[in-house]
Amino acid sequence: MSVFEGFRFRHVSSPIHNRDPRIKFLFVLAMFVVTIFFTEFLPLLVLFLLPLPFVWVAGVGRQWLRSLRGAVFLASFIFVFNFAFGYLYRSYPSTMLLLEYSLAMTLRFLVLVESFSVFFLTTSPDHLSLALEQSHVPYEFTFAFTTAVRFVPVLAEEAQTIMDAQKARGLELERGNFLRRVRNYIPILVPLIVSAIRRSLELAEAMESRAWGSSPKRTNLYVLKMKLGDVALFVLSVGLLALGIYVRYFVPIPSLSTFLPPLPF
Amino acid sequence: MATIEAQDIRYTYLTGVEALKGVSLTIKDGEFVAIMGQNGAGKTTLVKNFNGLLKPAKGKVLVDGVSTRDVSVAKLARTVGFVFQNPDHQLFSETVEQEIAFALRNFGFDDATVEKRVTWALNLLDLTEYRKTSPFMLSGGERKRVALASVLAWDPKVVILDEPTIGQDHRQKENLRQFIVQLNEQGKTVVIVTHDVEFVAECAPRVVLMREGRIIADGTAKRILTDTTLALEASIVPPQIAQIFNSLSFLGLPSDVIDVSEAKEILVNRLRGLPG
Repeated sequence: MSVFEGFRFRHVSSPIHNRDPRIKFLFVLAMFVVTIFFTEFLPLLVLFLLPLPFVWVAGVGRQWLRSLRGAVFLASFIFVFNFAFGYLYRSYPSTMLLLEYSLAMTLRFLVLVESFSVFFLTTSPDHLSLALEQSHVPYEFTFAFTTAVRFVPVLAEEAQTIMDAQKARGLELERGNFLRRVRNYIPILVPLIVSAIRRSLELAEAMESRAWGSSPKRTNLYVLKMKLGDVALFVLSVGLLALGIYVRYFVPIPSLSTFLPPLPF
Repeated sequence: MATIEAQDIRYTYLTGVEALKGVSLTIKDGEFVAIMGQNGAGKTTLVKNFNGLLKPAKGKVLVDGVSTRDVSVAKLARTVGFVFQNPDHQLFSETVEQEIAFALRNFGFDDATVEKRVTWALNLLDLTEYRKTSPFMLSGGERKRVALASVLAWDPKVVILDEPTIGQDHRQKENLRQFIVQLNEQGKTVVIVTHDVEFVAECAPRVVLMREGRIIADGTAKRILTDTTLALEASIVPPQIAQIFNSLSFLGLPSDVIDVSEAKEILVNRLRGLPG
């Protein structure tokens, strides 16, 4: 359940954590769009390396590695399928090029995961909801959003307790074939969903009894203001986008095989 | 025979909280033990080590001489039944009957035995009329009984109950007490984890007192619950009878009384002995 630790409310201060979440999101979007532009290995490698300084400055290396490790399964899936089907349909002139293409596709996925994980690792949920609110998203929605995020670790903990309770009644999750294993999770999911619904009703009652929504106009203790660093990140994002478009349309991208000796087969 | 032996066990949660800092405890076959202490003392962590849900980081737990590291939880559960604090963490079936049969099927009992055991467990906890009812339709106390029935159905030699009295009214508590005492008299090892001092005073089991991941006292309920220094240290309040007798000690009354009927007898004798 340590995967969900990333959702815990934490107050960390670093040049990356302190950036305006809106600008950070813009950067992620720019990363996203530029990543989609390319199917070649080299530019994707550059894109992969680009957020690394942020990870380092924010000091979230360990969590970042953990989130990448979580993506390894899907990434290998993507690699194997691209390679296998490319090979079967002989859509590439050489195995080397096919290998490069498959690697590029895998890397593309990893870049997407990476940039999102940097965003979420350095943006606390309350900061995020503040950003949403000050972008004029109705408070009901931002509240629902933060609450959902807020309860992820709680639910994860509860899932663990439920698993323990069912294991104590002889449930073995890893027993049987694939279908059987999926069915093994029913005794975990039913109590989890029931309690989540019950909890949301209780939360609603508790909020109503504390006069939630009684004043239509809300004020905030914290107001997001653009600082020099935010402007810099903004410029970087727009620059990245512009550079991406330029390279895509006007620069021929060399393949890795032009630098490497050909494969022996 | 089912003995549980914890040998200097330590356990630290992923969050870095060291919940057990070296606990050694032997629970013999047929004993009735209450593990008490304030919130966060490590009570639940300790008992979760007894059925292998948690494996000690250091030291080991032996159940019938076998280390919990060497067997699966499912296997241990056959001997050590664990009833969780909140029944909502385990109820999921469409009917009470299926809920109770769940564990029996996991343990591989045949259909005839499952049927027999379910009927027996329903009867034992006075749930027969709810056999075909959804457990979600039942009241809190009834759900708790279903959870208990679902564990007792496979007849484990050791029964661990985590906070069995929370959210129960007086009558349910009294039923529960009689039930637990009866289980213990039938030879089952019973371990309860609780804050409920009055409940423990009425059951009078062996009491193990914990504080900050260590055992600070172990002895009869009478001795532990009337020790005011210990009570203070473990943040528990002595039972009311003990408090009265303690504050009346200037009259020469004994200060180690926790049982209501014993207290009554002493007071009556004293009053009879007084002039006029």
